[in-house]
Amino acid sequence: MRNILILGGGTAGTIMANKLAAALDDKEWRITIVDGTEEHYYQPGFLFVPFGIYRMRDLVKPRRQYLPGNVRFIPSGIDIIDPGTKTVKLTNGTPLKYDYLIIATGANIHPEQTEGLLDEEWGRSKFDFYTPQGAERLSQFLKGWQGGRLVLSITEMPIKCPVAPLEFLFLADEYFTRRGMRDKVELHLITPLSGAFTKPTSSRVLGEFLERKGIRVTPDFDLGRVDSKEKKIVAWDDTEVNYDVLVSIPTNMGDAAIARSGLGNDLNFVATHRETLMAEGLEDVFVIGDATNLPTSKAGSVAHFESEILFQNFLEHIDGRPPIAHFDGHSNCFIESGFDKGMLIDFNYDTEPLPGEFPLPGVGPFTLLGESRVNHYGKLMFRWVYWNLLLRGMELPIEAEMSMAGKRV
Amino acid sequence: METLTIAGKTLALDADGNLANRNDWNEEIARELAAQEGIPELTPQHWAVINFMRSVFEKEGDAPSIRRLTKESGVDTKTLYQLFPKGPAKRAARIAGLPKPKGCI
Repeated sequence: MRNILILGGGTAGTIMANKLAAALDDKEWRITIVDGTEEHYYQPGFLFVPFGIYRMRDLVKPRRQYLPGNVRFIPSGIDIIDPGTKTVKLTNGTPLKYDYLIIATGANIHPEQTEGLLDEEWGRSKFDFYTPQGAERLSQFLKGWQGGRLVLSITEMPIKCPVAPLEFLFLADEYFTRRGMRDKVELHLITPLSGAFTKPTSSRVLGEFLERKGIRVTPDFDLGRVDSKEKKIVAWDDTEVNYDVLVSIPTNMGDAAIARSGLGNDLNFVATHRETLMAEGLEDVFVIGDATNLPTSKAGSVAHFESEILFQNFLEHIDGRPPIAHFDGHSNCFIESGFDKGMLIDFNYDTEPLPGEFPLPGVGPFTLLGESRVNHYGKLMFRWVYWNLLLRGMELPIEAEMSMAGKRV
Repeated sequence: METLTIAGKTLALDADGNLANRNDWNEEIARELAAQEGIPELTPQHWAVINFMRSVFEKEGDAPSIRRLTKESGVDTKTLYQLFPKGPAKRAARIAGLPKPKGCI
C-alpha cells in the first residue's frame, strides 16, 4: 500500500482527492484527506451575503459528501509536517506516514496582524466578509445602517480573490441605490496597490468603472494601524482616512502549521515551483491552491487549473518520471459589477487581463474586461458548477492553459 | 523602452520605471535614483536596507516584502517609512536597482 496524504479539504484538496481516487487502484493506494472542520463553504458566495443575495446556509455542505467513498477523511487540525521522516502529526496527536504529500491548506484572514483592528469594535463598526461570521454580521449591520462613509480597506497583498473588494463596492453601490439611500453613502476604496487593480490595463478599466459609480479610490496606502475611538485608519506614513463603517480585508496568511513546520515564507505560503507545482526543496511534496507562494491569484479558478497540472505531474512522479505539465499561472475571474451585470478577466503569469471576448462552447461568449448580463449569469451559474462538476474533478470546457483567443492586444 | 540617463550612462528601464538590468546598478546610480524619489542623502540605515534587499533578491529572485524587511533587516516599519516615504518596499527596490517586488496580484 502506498499512502497519499492531502492536507486541506477545501477546493484544491477536494478536487485532488476526487481526481486521484478515480485514477488510482484502491488496492494499491490509500488516499487520506485531513481538515480541521467538517463544513465545506462555497467561498465565492461570501461576497453576496452582506447584501442579502445569498444566506450563509445556502453556501455550506458537509465535506464528506464531496469526497469519494474510498478516500479516508480525518477531521483534525495539523500540528507539524516533517518532510524528513515523511510524517504529519495531527493536533489530535495521531502521526500519519505518507509516501506522497499534497499541501492544500489554503489561506485565511488575520486581523490580529494589524494594530487596533481586532478589538471590541470588531463586528460593530469594523467588519470582514471573508469569514461566514463576518459576512453575516455585516449583513445584519447594513440592514439597519442609516448611511455615512463606508471605507473598504485592503491591508496588504496578496489576498484571496483579489477582485472581491471591487465587487463588494459595486454591489454596495447597487444595494444602497435600491434602498433609496445612495446619496447618503460615501464609498471609498483604500488600497496598497498603485491603482484599482494590479496590472495596467485592468487597473485603468476598473478604475474608470469605480469612478463612474462614484466610488473614491485612495491608492498606495499601506495600513499601519486602526484607531477605533476616532474611527480612522492610519497609514505608516501617517496619512489618515476617517470612516463610519470599516470593511476590512485583513492580512491573508497560510496555515499556522506551515509556520510551525518551517515550510513557509513570512506569510506562511509554501515555496512552490511555478510550473511543476512541486514544493521547492522537498521530496514527494506538491502544493496547490492558496497555500502556494506563486505570483498568481489566490482563487478557486487557479486551484482548478492547477489541479489538472498537478494531477498529470503526480501520475508521472509516482512512476519515477519527470513532470510533463507546466502551469502558466492561468486565472479566470468573474467580477460582479452590480445591477445584474458582470465582467470577466482571464490572465496568466505573463499576460495581463485584456479586453475582448471569451469563447465558451454552448454558453459564451463572455465579455472580457467589460460589462454584460451573460457574465453575471455565468457567475451565478458557477455555484452549481462548483458543487456538481468542479469539486468532483469533472472536465470543464475551459483549458488549464490560458488561450489568447478573443483577446484584444 | 524607457531609458534614464545618469552620470553620462543611458540605462534601460522596465515598465514600472525600475532598472531593466540590475547589473547596470552601482552606488552612484542608487544615490541618483534616491534623489529622484525625493531622498537627498542615503544614510547608513538606507544602505542597510538597500543591501539587505539586494542580498535577498540575489538568493531568491524577488525583493522582500515590508513585513520581511521589518523582521530581518533590523529596521522597524515606522522607520522604514521615514527612510523611504510612500512605500519602502517599492521605493527601496527601485533605488536598489531591483524590479518592483512581485508580492501580489
